[in-house]
Amino acid sequence: MIPGTFDYYRPQTVDDAVGLLSKLGEEASVLAGGHSLIPLMKTRFASPHHLVDLSGIGDLKGISVEGDDIVIGAMTTQFELIASEELERHIPIIAETSRLIADPQIRYKGTFGGNVANGDPGNDMPAVMMCLGASYSVSGPDGNRDIAARDFYQGAYFTALEHGEILTAVRIPIPAPGHGSAYEKLKRKVGDYATAAAAVVITMAGGTCTSASIGLTNVSETPLWASDAAALLVGSSLDKASVDAAVAAAEAITNPASDMRGPAEYRTKMAGIMVRRALERAKSRAKG
Amino acid sequence: MNDQTKIDQDRAERTEKLQGMGCKRKRVEDIRFTQGKGSYVDDLKLPGMLFGDFVRSPHAHARIKSIDTSRAKALPGVIAVLTAADLKPLGLHYMPTLAGDVQAVLAEEKVLFQNQEVAFVIAEDRYIASDATELVDVEYEALPCIVDPFKSMLPDAPILREDIQDKMTGAHGPRKHPNHIFEWMIGDKEATDAVFANADVTIKEMLVDHRTHPSPLETCQSVASFDKVKGELTLWGTFQAPHVIRTVVSLISGLPEHKIHVIAPDIGGGFGNKVGAYAGYVCSVVGSIVLGVPVKWVEDRMENLSTTSFARDYHMTTELAATKEGKIQAMRVHVLADHGAFDACADPSKWPAGFMNICTGSYDIPVAHLAVDGVYTNKASGGVAYRCSFRVTEAVFAIERAVEVLAQKLGMDAAELRIKNFIKAEQFPYQSALGWEYDSGDYHTAMKKAMDTIGYKELREEQAKKREAFKRGETRELMGIGISFFTEIVGAGPAKNCDILGIAMFDSAEIRIHPTGSVIARMGTKSQGQGHETTYAQIIATEIGIPADDIMIEEGNTDTAPYGLGTYGSRSTPVAGAATAVAARKIKAKAQMIAAHMLEVHEGDLEWDVDRFRVKGLPEKFKTMKEIAWAAYNSPPPNMEPGLEAVNYYEPPNMTYPFGAYFCVMDIDVDTGVAKTRRFYALDDCGTRINPMIIEGQVHGGLTEAFACAMGQEIRYDEQGNVMGASFMDFFLPTAVETPNWETDHTVTPSPHHPIGAKGVGESPHVGGVPCFSNAVNDAYAFLGAGHIQMPHDAWRLWKVGEKLGLHASA
Amino acid sequence: MTKSHIELTINGKKVEALVEPRTLLIHFLREQQNLTGAHIGCDTGHCGACTVDMDDMSVKSCMTFAVQANGASITTIEGVANADGTLSALQEGFRMMHGLQCGFCTPGMILRAHRLLQENPTPTEDEIRHGISGNLCRCTGYVNIVKSIQYAAAKINGTPFQEAAE
Repeated sequence: MIPGTFDYYRPQTVDDAVGLLSKLGEEASVLAGGHSLIPLMKTRFASPHHLVDLSGIGDLKGISVEGDDIVIGAMTTQFELIASEELERHIPIIAETSRLIADPQIRYKGTFGGNVANGDPGNDMPAVMMCLGASYSVSGPDGNRDIAARDFYQGAYFTALEHGEILTAVRIPIPAPGHGSAYEKLKRKVGDYATAAAAVVITMAGGTCTSASIGLTNVSETPLWASDAAALLVGSSLDKASVDAAVAAAEAITNPASDMRGPAEYRTKMAGIMVRRALERAKSRAKG
Repeated sequence: MNDQTKIDQDRAERTEKLQGMGCKRKRVEDIRFTQGKGSYVDDLKLPGMLFGDFVRSPHAHARIKSIDTSRAKALPGVIAVLTAADLKPLGLHYMPTLAGDVQAVLAEEKVLFQNQEVAFVIAEDRYIASDATELVDVEYEALPCIVDPFKSMLPDAPILREDIQDKMTGAHGPRKHPNHIFEWMIGDKEATDAVFANADVTIKEMLVDHRTHPSPLETCQSVASFDKVKGELTLWGTFQAPHVIRTVVSLISGLPEHKIHVIAPDIGGGFGNKVGAYAGYVCSVVGSIVLGVPVKWVEDRMENLSTTSFARDYHMTTELAATKEGKIQAMRVHVLADHGAFDACADPSKWPAGFMNICTGSYDIPVAHLAVDGVYTNKASGGVAYRCSFRVTEAVFAIERAVEVLAQKLGMDAAELRIKNFIKAEQFPYQSALGWEYDSGDYHTAMKKAMDTIGYKELREEQAKKREAFKRGETRELMGIGISFFTEIVGAGPAKNCDILGIAMFDSAEIRIHPTGSVIARMGTKSQGQGHETTYAQIIATEIGIPADDIMIEEGNTDTAPYGLGTYGSRSTPVAGAATAVAARKIKAKAQMIAAHMLEVHEGDLEWDVDRFRVKGLPEKFKTMKEIAWAAYNSPPPNMEPGLEAVNYYEPPNMTYPFGAYFCVMDIDVDTGVAKTRRFYALDDCGTRINPMIIEGQVHGGLTEAFACAMGQEIRYDEQGNVMGASFMDFFLPTAVETPNWETDHTVTPSPHHPIGAKGVGESPHVGGVPCFSNAVNDAYAFLGAGHIQMPHDAWRLWKVGEKLGLHASA
Repeated sequence: MTKSHIELTINGKKVEALVEPRTLLIHFLREQQNLTGAHIGCDTGHCGACTVDMDDMSVKSCMTFAVQANGASITTIEGVANADGTLSALQEGFRMMHGLQCGFCTPGMILRAHRLLQENPTPTEDEIRHGISGNLCRCTGYVNIVKSIQYAAAKINGTPFQEAAE
């Protein structure tokens, strides 16, 4: 398997990268970690004429706390997410998810931004970002703008990102102290995309659920934010009836493809099971 | 310390120095492999070497209307593009298969499976070759295809093989339909039917051993280099049977065999994938002959999984008849075998269904009948023995599932039913109802040791409790206990029933002792990771008393190694290992004469002592093998030819019959269908054990492949004949995380006819492992009335079982 | 297409080359640098046979363009033996514990284990299994690979390693 030919660019600043993309037009692709794009190029499902490698742009890396948010640079790798003590302290679900992505080698090179932005419904981070209510900072020829994660995904490999725009950072509101979270992923083996996966973040007070958010991975053309399902939990003690209702509501919004991971009905049911198990684990971790 | 202790100690020290049979000798191969200095085919770089790549069919069944290579040829760096039109004048557009069929090298009028080879682009490097494959324009007219083998012989089925449409007698007798390949039968049908008609209890189950692929980590590849001046061809390739490849290349190319040098360098795993001859090999050869420069061909993984050599795809209607006390009286099996588009099974020529007739297993079944129908479909061809002797995995799966089905019907414990029907130790050599003579075995002892070690009784008690807890809704986990007691048939084989293209399935060893007492030995087999360089040396070390470290083993170069049939079907130890021992004994016999001359005694006055001949009663008078070697070149006895070497071509008098008792404990999450193997215990009896470390490694590897096959690995096709999941994303190869921990154990029942009593072990764990996993899964659901659950047992399929049983309502 | 000039360090040696941008790092190493230890097993980034160490990370060199390695420091299997030419602790461990059979996955497996032990000198069995889960082996069933890495860890740490009896 051999990729087609292309010209290679390694800009040093975001402005240069944006400028290059503008100049090179539709036949240019952005290269981050490469673990989604290069396989597509090797099978010739993708044949960009120009590759703009973002790895030389130092500004795109790093994890920082800014007020009530955590800001993660797009070129921060999965490995760096897992290693970040700051992230572990404030939003542990991110590293928990990273550890379930691909394999060790790929996590060294695979970037947070690539996982978030390339629109592959199999990617894990998008559902987590929707669950957390993150927003994406993008730079383009017309300047910078922010897009809510929950508005970003429009179809398989189809997002709100316009051609020529680059995701630069992700801003994530830090969930309330004492929140409980979990990412449950069913997969056939290490390195696989999810058969179905669920991200859950909840807060509890006096045994009552005071907030809940649920994201679903790889059970539709896009990641899903199961807001109706989550709403059914708020005010409950996460008793069986409430959880059953939320699971049913989550299953209802799925629309998975049948593939080698299983037929659609199985993947829908697994989305429900993952929600149920993520809720159990999040509840056990929540304080209050 | 008394004298005897001293003598014993001295002998023990000398024995240990030899690193001979029975010790855990570290592998010679690892010195180079751990440093990245192995030499695999794709490592080869020759001056002027070109690179070939295939244009492949997107259709499963289509007529080729036209092929236009002009755009590809115009690409700078492209040297040639071969199509069937180029090969036809040379008679090379088809090649013979080992099964007596022919197989297209490049498709001429039709393509018969997706990814079939249509054109071969030769370019300056692999990047340009890959670019050029996209520039070959092929016009197809899609035709209706056959994916389900049960539809192959319907009256209105599309005819797949128009090239042999009128040839209604195939290599194995009459064909019933243009899509029929053969019908093969063995056993006493009348007597079997009579027992079934009157039996207390019968069971009948369709057992599917699904299509999969051996997928070694290194794909198939070759480099051909034709010297136009000398008229000589050198062919490096991933060949498990390099000598057979040389003969086949000679037969199809017309080049004299002595002008063909076939070399199999280090091979990155084979598992049956690298036995056959493939279009890529032929095209690299033709390319080099036509262009006069070396041509390399390397498969990518997608090509490997979808074109070269599938395994299994046996649909086995399996029946047992028994008394109500559980004594099995008869077995009846019909197999529908899906062979794909060409019959390219790699079996001994007289055995179109391999050794499927070992399907009576480890049991004393008085009468049996087996019938196999092979059919064509629009899938890749192959039918190789994936880490097993020919169709033995299928046979063992059939009997080991069937006895479990019978046990359930009888309400008997599955272990007890097996023990009741085992062939007894005193019955060996045992004549089976379907024609084999089992050389040796002690099944009861092995089974008892296994059951005691695993704690079988306690496991059943635990399972009974868990089942009650499940019924009460206290757990969502099902516990399954899998058993498999397999008997393999390996070491093909005796000339009376085993040949490949008319060449009897012997194997060979040539041993030369150098004057200084070091050794080179060459065999007709070819290691693909089994460690032959280590273990053959151990056999020689023990036989002739020269340290294994002073013995170099060489395989794979057909110019220097004696002719052999290669490594597959666990035949290296049973056949070439025997040849090695016999050749070593010839040397030892000559050495004894030389020693007698040196010590001025009669040969009969000498006795062998680890590494030397000594005079009986005078242990201080001796000559070591090293001293004898020098004398053989320096001062041989009068009238004796100098030198010390021997060759043996060993024709085995019988196959060998390794066996084993395997147990698996599995916990299945009914809500997701995810199965976890809690324990797996494998007791193997492979007769004499040459290197316990390597045996254990072979068992670990075979079990892992069995685990993969049973639990998810498959080559699937959709209704249009599109191959699904031909990459390591979907094709289930477990990582270290999914793979269970393996417990190994053994008994030793030496083969009575093998010179050192060894039987072969590399494939036992795969053969025995597959039904053990499947039985564990089936056992987990059995108390809920699930009926037989087909493989592969991946999570979604097990979830569907639960769904059908109504287990999810309360989740 | 314009060729790119790259400069990198391979096994401690400075290397300069002109490469087509699409040249995969694995092909650059194997065909231009004659370092054939790393192998291609799957072409899609799943098997890890092509693993090399790049700037203290385990990297799949068939999922990396050579141009991406510009300025990097790479270690391949050819560069892991001890300075005096003897086998490194990991190489020795794989041999002593029978952690390989056909040898095709071995260079990638050893390079991956090397980085794992750099980051976690005393891994548990579970950590080893997860740590090498980007590397497929078709021959060994991993049990002895785990032991090989434990052997090497013990040797590096100067702690005793006891081989489990069969």
